[in-house]
Amino acid sequence: MTDTSKELSELAESIFGDADSSETGFDAALWESLEQTGLARLTLPADAGGSEAEFADAAVVLTAAGRNAARAPLVETDLQAGWLLHAAGIPLPDGPLTLATGDLDVTRTVTRAAGTLHRVPWARAAAGIVMLAGDQVLLFDPAALTITDGTNLAEEPRDTVVVEGEVTAAGVEEHVGAQLRLRGALGRALLLAGAAEGALAAAVRYAGERVQFGRPIGRFQAVQQQLAIAAAEVAAASAATSAAARVADADGFGAASTRFAVAVAKTRAGEAAGVVARIAHQVHGAIGFTREHDLRLVTTRLWAWRDEDGSEAEWAELIGTEVLDGGPDALWPLIAGAP
Amino acid sequence: MTQTPTRLPALVPPPVELPPRAATLRAEVRAFLAAERADGAWAPRADVWLSGWDERFTKELGRRGWLGMTIPTEYGGHGASPLDRYVVTEELLAAGAPVAAHWVADRQIGPTLMRFGTEEQRRKFLPGIAAGEVYFGIGMSEPDSGSDLASVRTKAEKVDGGWELTGTKVWTSGAHHAHAFFALARSAPRDEQNRHAGLSQFIVELDAPGVQIRPIPLLTGAHDFNEVVFDHVFIPDTMVLGEVGAGWHQVTSELAFERSGPERFLSTFPLLTALVAELAGTSAGHDAGTRRAVGSLVARLAALRRMSLAIAGALESGAAPELAAAVTKDLGTRFESEVIDAARLLLAIPPDPGAESGYARLLADAVLHAPGFTLRGGTNEVLRGIVARGLGLR
Repeated sequence: MTDTSKELSELAESIFGDADSSETGFDAALWESLEQTGLARLTLPADAGGSEAEFADAAVVLTAAGRNAARAPLVETDLQAGWLLHAAGIPLPDGPLTLATGDLDVTRTVTRAAGTLHRVPWARAAAGIVMLAGDQVLLFDPAALTITDGTNLAEEPRDTVVVEGEVTAAGVEEHVGAQLRLRGALGRALLLAGAAEGALAAAVRYAGERVQFGRPIGRFQAVQQQLAIAAAEVAAASAATSAAARVADADGFGAASTRFAVAVAKTRAGEAAGVVARIAHQVHGAIGFTREHDLRLVTTRLWAWRDEDGSEAEWAELIGTEVLDGGPDALWPLIAGAP
Repeated sequence: MTQTPTRLPALVPPPVELPPRAATLRAEVRAFLAAERADGAWAPRADVWLSGWDERFTKELGRRGWLGMTIPTEYGGHGASPLDRYVVTEELLAAGAPVAAHWVADRQIGPTLMRFGTEEQRRKFLPGIAAGEVYFGIGMSEPDSGSDLASVRTKAEKVDGGWELTGTKVWTSGAHHAHAFFALARSAPRDEQNRHAGLSQFIVELDAPGVQIRPIPLLTGAHDFNEVVFDHVFIPDTMVLGEVGAGWHQVTSELAFERSGPERFLSTFPLLTALVAELAGTSAGHDAGTRRAVGSLVARLAALRRMSLAIAGALESGAAPELAAAVTKDLGTRFESEVIDAARLLLAIPPDPGAESGYARLLADAVLHAPGFTLRGGTNEVLRGIVARGLGLR
């Protein structure tokens, strides 16, 4: 780790570590700290209020956010909605932003839209809700929308939004949609990798503290073997996601190499999520299955996030399609690169 | 979180970039392998680093400068970086090329001689290793010492001008073809307070008087493993490896190099390639479930390669990421068997050990070799014990 990323890691850890993650909903105090430190719009250009950092830096911040179960729309603001608005040349509203997906009736002149958008992340807290409809980027003013609260498995806001009225709109190039999807998947995969670390850390700590049969349960080989299996999953998720961030930095989101690396990252982190959550709960016994215990903050996120921005089934199918369409001679170069 | 979370030790080192010349090197190796295959020199096989003994192929690699790459030029090597060697090695394994003859010598004997060997030992063995003409084995396990390596009983007794070795080593791959091996032996009586003390490593030339080599056939009947028996074998003082009594330290540092390489997840890669060849363009290959299963395997493989490369980068910069190496080997060797499960379930082609080559043969070899994947180089259970210690649990 370079000095800069070490500093960034320490900064992120201190900010997320100080936040109260046991509540639900948007953490306004945390968001304020993230804005003050430039982490809220880390990768965006300066003219979009961003810090112009690399995705490798975002990887450090997002894994720390996942590890600490941060209640903030970082992926949505920085990697998705903010980027999309900037790509369309629409000025960014201040504050947290979010991205909606779904179908709307949009007028031919793109000045009015109507319809219902489901499971919009953090909609109730967003200063701007953005979506891509065909080649048009739409920005809705939340004040003019009807928002009904909903959540994902981790009780993060996933709201229903009824749109009826005027929108700000601007066109973007066709490739933006594919890049948007990759950005979301990379961000979510990094959060997953962080949450998996958090669950493993909690289980290791608990195994060292909890005494049964006269010794800490972590002294039993049966428990050690399970934690080692979880550690391997955490390592794989971490390697795949940090590599994907680097490939995105080096090659850009339009490159085939980035598409493959992100698909690998989301698939691998998604597979790790289930294994790590299961083992972390098994090690914690009944207490980890209660509301009073903090383990749920990371394990419910693992269960929620693995299905968001494309489950491992969806991304694995994309990889499998590329592999089977490419045939046997293209398989190894896909993994190790074509010189 | 309300409680400060325990910070975990680094489970994987930071990502590395391959050096710029890696792309050229990779292209050269691929072109060579393609030409060899076009000539029908060999057919891709599973588990080639155990079973693919082909001295012609090994010498050809030596001629091209792809063995002993990290050995300095003054000893006949090429002074290249471990990451250069990584590129060559992964290309050979991915192609299912016959690499067994030089495998041990190239992977660990060369680097160990550079680390612990004397000038005389280096001059004697390294040029031959780099040329692909000198082959080595490993003499660690014994009939009563497997995972518990510190319990070795092969005895080294000091005699005039050297040592006399008596005992038995087992599971020595290729000893019947190899020129020499490193034997771990007890050179001082066992101390129950410090079981790791009193062990030493010796370079044993396998044609020395008193050495007997007997085959231990694999369950297939194939002869890869051997039992090597020493009956008062004289080893001159000049063939002690490193320091007398430091054998444990030397052997465990060797293991760090041995555990995280691409051979820990590529043993069945030729089967995966063959599976893709069989499925591509068929209706089965267009099934979403099949594509997910193949995609999931490729994702696991790509992640393992990232882990393994990151460790290679850390080793190059002088770190010894023992914990990361252990998780990579645990995950990678399990992956090798996951490829077999997918291959069996996605295609109805029964394994055929009698087939000359092709899918049925690859599948047969993979199934019959699979028990070894999670045993060799430290069983997965022992590796998880290392991980547990790294996590602070023991």
